[in-house]
Amino acid sequence: MQELPQQIVSGLATGSIYASVALALVLIYRSMGVINFAQGEMAMFTTFIAWQLIQLGMPVWAAFGTTIVIAFLGAIALERVVIRPVERASQLTVVIVTLGLLIVFNGLAGFIWGYVIKTFPSPFPTTPITIGGASFNSQDLGIIGVSLASLGLISLFFAKTKVGLAMRAAALYPDQSRVLGIRVSWMLALGWGLAAVVGAISGMMVAPVVFLDPNMMQGIVVYAFAGAVLGGIESPIGAVVGGLVLGVALNLLGTYVEFIGNDLRLPAAFLIIVVVLLVRPAGLFGHVHVRRV
Amino acid sequence: MSFFRLDRVAAFGVVAVVIAILPAFLPSYGSFELTYVAAYAIAILGLIILTGKNGQISLGHGAFIAIGGYAVAILATHAGVPYWIGIPAAGIISGLVGIAIGIVALRLEGVYLALATFALAVSVPSLLKRFSGLTGGVGGISLTPIAAPAGVPIDAERWFYYVAWAIAGVLFILTALLLEGRLGRSLRALRDNEIAAISFGVNPHFYKTLAFAWSAAYAGIAGALIAIATAFVSPDSYGFNLSITVLVGAVLGGLESLWGAVLGGLVVEFLPLWAQRINEAAPSVVYGVALVAVMLLMPGGLAGGILRLFRRTRPEASAPGATTHADSSVVAVPVQPVE
Repeated sequence: MQELPQQIVSGLATGSIYASVALALVLIYRSMGVINFAQGEMAMFTTFIAWQLIQLGMPVWAAFGTTIVIAFLGAIALERVVIRPVERASQLTVVIVTLGLLIVFNGLAGFIWGYVIKTFPSPFPTTPITIGGASFNSQDLGIIGVSLASLGLISLFFAKTKVGLAMRAAALYPDQSRVLGIRVSWMLALGWGLAAVVGAISGMMVAPVVFLDPNMMQGIVVYAFAGAVLGGIESPIGAVVGGLVLGVALNLLGTYVEFIGNDLRLPAAFLIIVVVLLVRPAGLFGHVHVRRV
Repeated sequence: MSFFRLDRVAAFGVVAVVIAILPAFLPSYGSFELTYVAAYAIAILGLIILTGKNGQISLGHGAFIAIGGYAVAILATHAGVPYWIGIPAAGIISGLVGIAIGIVALRLEGVYLALATFALAVSVPSLLKRFSGLTGGVGGISLTPIAAPAGVPIDAERWFYYVAWAIAGVLFILTALLLEGRLGRSLRALRDNEIAAISFGVNPHFYKTLAFAWSAAYAGIAGALIAIATAFVSPDSYGFNLSITVLVGAVLGGLESLWGAVLGGLVVEFLPLWAQRINEAAPSVVYGVALVAVMLLMPGGLAGGILRLFRRTRPEASAPGATTHADSSVVAVPVQPVE
């Protein structure tokens, strides 16, 4: 009976990756009402940057820090150049533009670094940690720790800092915020920067596990979508809980339900998205919007 | 009926003649490549109906192409159904699945529909691998290569070229005729202002589901043609990239005009072949940059750009009916938020 807690912990580890990407998606959705389909590929691309820095001889943690700064500044620049012109365009336009970015980043990574799978160094020790007879992969525990810590820092940032408050105001009441002197458009760019940081962390956490290649995030981003939808696409807490629940549930289903196995995990995520959107579109933590027509 | 306006009939005639005589000037491999253009054009035509005319986003049309391809393959290998029945059957089966997805899509607006169809597109290969008893799993299914019927003095590539383009031509005329009438008007009205359309008596559930099924049927026929031309189907050729290819074709070709389908088909067949010479990853970069650039600079796509050029040089053609059609592109008109 030691397998079950191990499976749950490794589910929580993948779940915290989904949670991070889901949170990145929610950060942008809340401020602009759009889904950034390129979020996963941006995370993959920044992970490649980290890999390159490590190859050039930088210590692992220093490379992580540098990558986070690059991700932050790069995403802000991207928002200014590509997203700003379509800020007020139809949803279809924005969806297609972010899809275009998805393809560009995927292609660029292939162009620069090729499609050969690369190992990515893990910053965590490889010795398992034994608690009460069950031994846990310390990499899993490290992933959970780093992801939850970064999610906690993000929520502290929004709750306790003036910039965080301004960002929330700009997302909820853009016109009133503008009157109060908040530069709403820049707040959106800042949101893109923060989302990219969260995404970069998740990419660097998952790369040692799934190995680094340009298609690394394609499946993960679908699970993140499912997690975000499950938790409620407007709720940051929902994204985290949804991601964790999904990670554990899919891991247990894949391990113990033979019919689902490894192949049906992605279709299961698709099914979760559809069912949640049909039955409870606001998700577990979202608010139901009432529209007057 | 403005469908029978002289300039439209003339344009269609010229294109039809060019397509008819082209194989005489090309090696048979050229005809083979252009067969794919016909198939892509049919799938893109479907996406133009759904996204361009009805405003519903689908990032998962690769799934319907997969259904069409596997339908014709499974019917041929398991039941010995000939291709001339298999192709329409693929369209019907895909259309029926399209009804199911379309009903779900009724409840998902805009970005949610994009999300769900994105997830569908990504999960197609693993579904195909899982049910390997029917689909042949990772190994896929090999099909009997098509041959020209006895007595027809052309090679197999050219024969199937004519088959594919004849189907494309019929579907093109059918689409233009149907979009001209009540059906097309209802689809466009739902796209531009759903509430106003409903109050004029347009049934949104019926027409939106119909648009999905119609579009899916075209993708299914395209899938059947691609499968027969390749003589092989396998899960990994129906991944997310295929859905992206169709979408890129529709956006680059132009969502507002049916001609966009032909232009889009040409682009997605030949642009990657050309870009591949630079680097294995270059097609993706070119696709992606083109998508973003078209959205920012030329929302009507190639067809929209060419039409606008024509209207600028021939002011008499910009009759009210002609311009409003082109200007009411779904990408240029922001969706009205309803408070």
